[in-house]
Amino acid sequence: MIAQQVAFWIIAVAMALAAIGVVRSQNVVHAALYLVVVLAGAAAQFILVASEFVAWVQVLIYIGAIVILFLFGIMLTRAPMRSEGSLDNSQRWAAAVVSLFLFGVLAALLINAYGSKEITLDNKLVVVGNTDTVGTAMFHDYLVPFEVVSLLLLAALIGAVVIARRD
Amino acid sequence: MTLNYYLVLSAFLFCTGIYGVLARKNAVLVLMSIELMLNAVNINLIAFSAFNHSVSGAVFALFVITIAAAEVGIGLAIVLLIYRNEHTADLDEVDELKG
Repeated sequence: MIAQQVAFWIIAVAMALAAIGVVRSQNVVHAALYLVVVLAGAAAQFILVASEFVAWVQVLIYIGAIVILFLFGIMLTRAPMRSEGSLDNSQRWAAAVVSLFLFGVLAALLINAYGSKEITLDNKLVVVGNTDTVGTAMFHDYLVPFEVVSLLLLAALIGAVVIARRD
Repeated sequence: MTLNYYLVLSAFLFCTGIYGVLARKNAVLVLMSIELMLNAVNINLIAFSAFNHSVSGAVFALFVITIAAAEVGIGLAIVLLIYRNEHTADLDEVDELKG
């Protein structure tokens, strides 16, 4: 129990710092690498609550595919590696005020609503998160949404090819 | 584990993402900030899935990951098209619709 708390806090602090790095870094490639830290940290948090399947999907899809896509995007748009100008626009301070205000509201609301409710870590939780249960739920209870999502992916694939095609 | 730890971490990541969307100029960096926000939602879904001992949260987290992948694909295609036509990925300079 204590070990899990310690692991949670170490990973959470790393994720928070890396998230600030994503939005503050003046180098686009560094921002993408900070994003990898955030996504890997999220996968580790999923492992901590025994959601092993989602954790590995997170590693495969997010870190393996999406970040690589981002790096291709950075390469193809020749985003400035060395900052010639700032990567931030002039409404930086207003944006900081908005996000801090929203964080304050959300944190107060969540602490007020959920107090010190605990996630009980037991054998039942391990069964809920494993590949067997998730796969059965996905292909049994959520079969129609699954098929709709696969159609959406196909549409996105064709759309991306059509949009980015040189003609 | 306290449920609130996960929820507040997720709220923090979401607000960082909002800051990034509002304050960044480069289109690829705005897309990265959107990924931060979607990832915060995933953490919420998984935390509630574990809290309620229900598998639905995990399934919806998988759907969110899939839609994030589709969104990045389309988003980067649009950014590439803008770059090809305008020779910039700077969102402040893409203002053709301004009267």
